[in-house]
This record gives sequence, structure tokens and C-alpha cells, in this order.
Amino acid sequence: MNHIVPFYIVLPLAAAFLISILGRFIKGFSKVTAGFIFFTLLCLSFFYIFSGDHSTIVYNIGGWEPVNNIPIGIYLILDPFSGFMLCIINTMAFLSALYAVSYISLYTGENYFYTLLCIMVAGLNGVVVTGDLFNLYVFLEITVIASYALVAFGTEKEELEASFKYQVLGGIATTLILFSIGMIYWYTKTLNIPDIAGILNKSPDEKIVQFCQLMLIAGFGLKAAIMPFHGWLPDAHSSAPSSISAMLSGVVIKAAGLYVIFRLFFNMFQLTYEISILITAIGTLSMVVGVFLAIGQWDLKRLLAYHSISQMGYVIIGVGMGMMILANNGNKAFASLAIMGGLFHLINHAVFKGLLFLNAGAIEYRLGTRDLNKMGGLFEKMPVTSATSLTASMAISGIPPFNGFFSKLVIIIAAVLAKYYILAALAVFVSIITLASFMKFQRYAFFNRKSIKKAVNEVKDVPFLMKFSMIVLAVLCLALSLILIPGIRDTILQPAVDVLMGKNDYYINLLNM
Amino acid sequence: MITMKGMSPIVKKVSQLISAIIFLYGIYIIVHGHLTPGGGFAGGAVLSGAFIFLVLAFGTDVLNLRREEEEASVIEGLAILIFVLMATIGLFIGIRVFFNNYLPKGQIGELISAGVIPLYNIAVGIEVGAALFTIFLALVIYKEEISK
Repeated sequence: MNHIVPFYIVLPLAAAFLISILGRFIKGFSKVTAGFIFFTLLCLSFFYIFSGDHSTIVYNIGGWEPVNNIPIGIYLILDPFSGFMLCIINTMAFLSALYAVSYISLYTGENYFYTLLCIMVAGLNGVVVTGDLFNLYVFLEITVIASYALVAFGTEKEELEASFKYQVLGGIATTLILFSIGMIYWYTKTLNIPDIAGILNKSPDEKIVQFCQLMLIAGFGLKAAIMPFHGWLPDAHSSAPSSISAMLSGVVIKAAGLYVIFRLFFNMFQLTYEISILITAIGTLSMVVGVFLAIGQWDLKRLLAYHSISQMGYVIIGVGMGMMILANNGNKAFASLAIMGGLFHLINHAVFKGLLFLNAGAIEYRLGTRDLNKMGGLFEKMPVTSATSLTASMAISGIPPFNGFFSKLVIIIAAVLAKYYILAALAVFVSIITLASFMKFQRYAFFNRKSIKKAVNEVKDVPFLMKFSMIVLAVLCLALSLILIPGIRDTILQPAVDVLMGKNDYYINLLNM
Repeated sequence: MITMKGMSPIVKKVSQLISAIIFLYGIYIIVHGHLTPGGGFAGGAVLSGAFIFLVLAFGTDVLNLRREEEEASVIEGLAILIFVLMATIGLFIGIRVFFNNYLPKGQIGELISAGVIPLYNIAVGIEVGAALFTIFLALVIYKEEISK
């Protein structure tokens, strides 16, 4: 059981370079290998979650045991929160690799595509599994460098510009992150996250720690595209190939941005009320402003990209409310509920936003356009795409019985219980505007029969593997509502929440290895 | 400035002589990585420098650029695979941990010591050398295509 931890990183990394070598000589090797490896990773992630053993696994790379309880060397730490993220990452990676089997015929160089996808997944798994601050930075760079290349994959003017913008802002983000990691290392003399947590626990709240916290919020906020830092996201997510947009929007901004913010602020730093207000405030800002920017868009993928910003706001206010309640020493049950709502919305957003981007890709695959004005009447021509996108649209705008409804409901209930009435009202309000903008998408793309163009008459539905990925995700949109049933909740969601709530366990687990 | 024909015979001869020394120096830095400052990355950069030097002196007409780039990139992938394989072997030998140092450690200060670390250094050296050379060739190919 212990030894599965390094395989989350080794398998995709080895697959990436096997593909880059053997893929040149064997036709179809890249598709088969990538699919097989992602399926194995998927099984490994679910194996940890469903093994019933929610203890934390600490894995010492190179067998370097701690000396006098001071950790030396790099530790990989797999706990239920990491396991939860691993499930999301590898499920989405598997489905978008399957989807890309047909979709990638729009582009050249499928070997490079699968190589970069494997490297990106290796980086993401590394970010989630690692317990070392500098190692986290290295894996973060692996992820984002692979995604710079993937955003520019079309090598047209628009894609290159988006990728350049992404690189510049990503460069600023990594500078901020590296600088604050350096400051933390200077202050605590260690890079191991649980060890830093232990040291910060003993020392009073210093100015330098607050400075590091602000820089980390800015740095990882840039990666997560929270509102004041969102400038790169609409370009990058709309220019990438659609299977990559699904990965970027569904997984990368969560695992490389939000996961790290949650992990560091709950498990490493002391929770302070000021920081939690700051996080909740930028979450609220991105939730409200994102949706207003989204509703005016006519480019389908840009519309979806702006909605990613808005939906990330939901996740942040869910978890941020939990932070505020915990920092105020409020009712623990409310805090737990709020964090659970946030994490539940995180997994839901991965599923329905991934699905919506795959739908956008399917329309682009057949029509060759992303402009909503040039579509219309696709309901009859592409029934599977239409049905799945209707499912996802209803899920994202919070219509029961789809998963988005339940997670928004949990967040709103938690806000009302904890007496943050304004947040609850804003969450409902944003949900209504989300519904409006997705009605626009549905009407112009699928039901608008008046403006059926000639090009639309000849299209048929997409190939089987693309349909398969979309149908699996649509079923997941419905099935994930079941997570709230107590038995399933205690297996998947609650352990992850407990990791964030039980701040000191993260430190203690390491000592008691 | 890279021209198709390369530079004068004097420059070609001298760069041939010097590139061999640069290459040897790169190998020296790589294999002494566990003893002296430097190591796989620094030595790899020097190795690629030797190749880049030759390309600059001889011009692009003596090289079949695309084939060279493909070979360099295959070598790069192989080096990473070897590195990953050596790290994974640690799971099956000795204390059975990933990245376990399973070879005998030897005497401190000797060239052949420190277990697997020199082998990792060699793999990293090959990888970095091949990668930097691939990047250089990609830029040269891009320039050739633009000028056509």
C-alpha cells in the first residue's frame, strides 16, 4: 500500500518519454499508452479512496528517516484530501485522453500532444502528493510549462498570443511563489510542509509570515485565476485544444492553484481572521464579476472560460467561510459544512465544466467555429452533444437533481447558518445569471432553428470515443449528487474535509510515522 | 551569424580541436558531480556547447538538421527513461524505497563512490546536453524555414 505513492508521478513521466521515443516508430502507440496509463492511475487513485483506510501515508524518498524528529529529504504525503484531488485529476485526464483520440485529428503532432499531456498529469499528481515546499514549486513548474506548450498547440496567431500572455503572468506568479518560499525557508530553516507547520505553530504571528501569506495568495491566485489575477485565463482556456481546455479548466486551476492555497493556509499557516476575510473577499469578487463578464461573450469557449472564474469563486467562498468560522472559533459543524460545500463544488465543477469544454470541442470539430452566432439547430444534427451539454448546463446553473444544485445548496445553507446572509444572497443571484447565460448558449447553439446555416445541415454527430467521454461525464453530473448520501459522503468527502479541519493532525502524522 | 556554408577553414579547424576539449571538460564535470561543484546539469550544458560550437563553425549545410534533431530528441527521452528506471529499481533492492541508493557507497572522495549518484549525474548530463542541443537545432530549423 505504501509503495503506490511514487507511482502517481513515475507512471505518467515514464509514459511521456516512452511516447516521445516509441511513438515515432509505432503508429497509434501514443494513444494506447496514454489511455492505458491514465486508466491505471485512475484505478490507483480510487484504490486509495475506497480502501476504507483513511490514514495518512508518509513516504520518505530515498529512505531518509528523520533525525531527532527533524525531517531531512523529500517526503511524499498521501492523505484523503490528496486522494480526493488525485481522483479528479486522473479521471479527467483519462476522459480527455480518450476524447483526444479522434479530436486530435484537427491538429498535427499527436505524439507531442500526448507527451505533454502525460507530463502535465505527472506535474499535477506531484503537486498534490508532495509534502515538500520546494518540490511543490518544481512540480508546479512542470505542470505550467507543459500547459504553456499545450495552449500554443495550434500555433496560430491567436494561440501564440494567448500562450505568451499566460507565460508572462505565469512567470510573475512563479517569481512571487519562489520568493515567498525562500522567505519561509529563511524564517523556519526547513522546507518540509508539516515541519514548517510545527515551527509556525510555536512562534507568534510575525510580520514576515503575513508577507509570505500575501505573496502566496497572489502567486497561487494567479495560477487559480481568481478575480484580480484572472487576465490570462479567458485567452488561454479558449485557445487551447478542447480536450486540454477541459483539463486546464477542470483540473489545473484547481490542483495547481486552489489545492495549494487550501493546503498551505489550513495545514501550514496559522489561520488568521484577516487572511480568511481576504480570501473570501477575492472569492466573492471573482464569483460576481466573472459571471457578468461571461454573459456578454459570443465566443463559446470564452464564455465557458469566464464561467470558470465565477465558479471558482463559489469554491473559494465555501472554503473561505469555513476559514472565517474556524478563525473566529465559531461553530465547528458550520465550518465543516461550508468547507464540504466548497470541496463538493470543486469536484462538480471539474465534471461539468470539463463536459462543457468537450461539447464546445465537439461543435468545433464538426462546424469549425466557436462563434455562437454561426451555430443553430444543432439539436437534431448532434443529439448526443446536445443532450450532454443540456445536462452540463443545468448542472452548472444549479437545477435539481444535478450535482451543481446540491453543492450550491450546501454552500448557501452553510452561509445562512453562519449568518453570512450577503454571501448567501450573492450566491443565489450569481446562480440565476449563470442560468441566463447558459440559456443563451443552449438557444443559440442548439435550438435556434430560424438561423440554420447551410453548413449546419451537413453535420453529423462526433465519433464514438468523443461521445463516450461526454456521456460518461454527463452520467457523472447526475451520479455525483449521490455523494451527499451519508455513507458515500463519509468515504469521499468527509475525510478530505477532516484533513483541512484538523490542522494539527498534518503535523502530528509526520512525527508518529 | 550562421551561413549555409560555414566559416573559413581556419575557424573550422580550430573549432574542431577546441570542441573536443570542451567535450572532455563536460564529461569531467559530469563524472565528478558528486565530488566537486557542478554535476549533471552544468556538465550537460557544456556538452551541448561543444556541439553548438561545431554547428556554428561549419554552418548548416553539413548537417541533416531534421535527422539530427530527431536523434538528439530520442537520446534525450532515453536518458530520462534511464533515470526513471534507475530510481524505480530502488523499489526492488535493499530497503525497497523509491530513489534508494542501492549500490555500495565506496570511499569518500574516490571517483567511484557515492553509489548510484554518479549514474544519475551521467543520465542528467546526457539529458541536458541533448535537450539544449535540440532546442538550438529547433531554433536553427525555424530560421532556415523563415528565410526560405
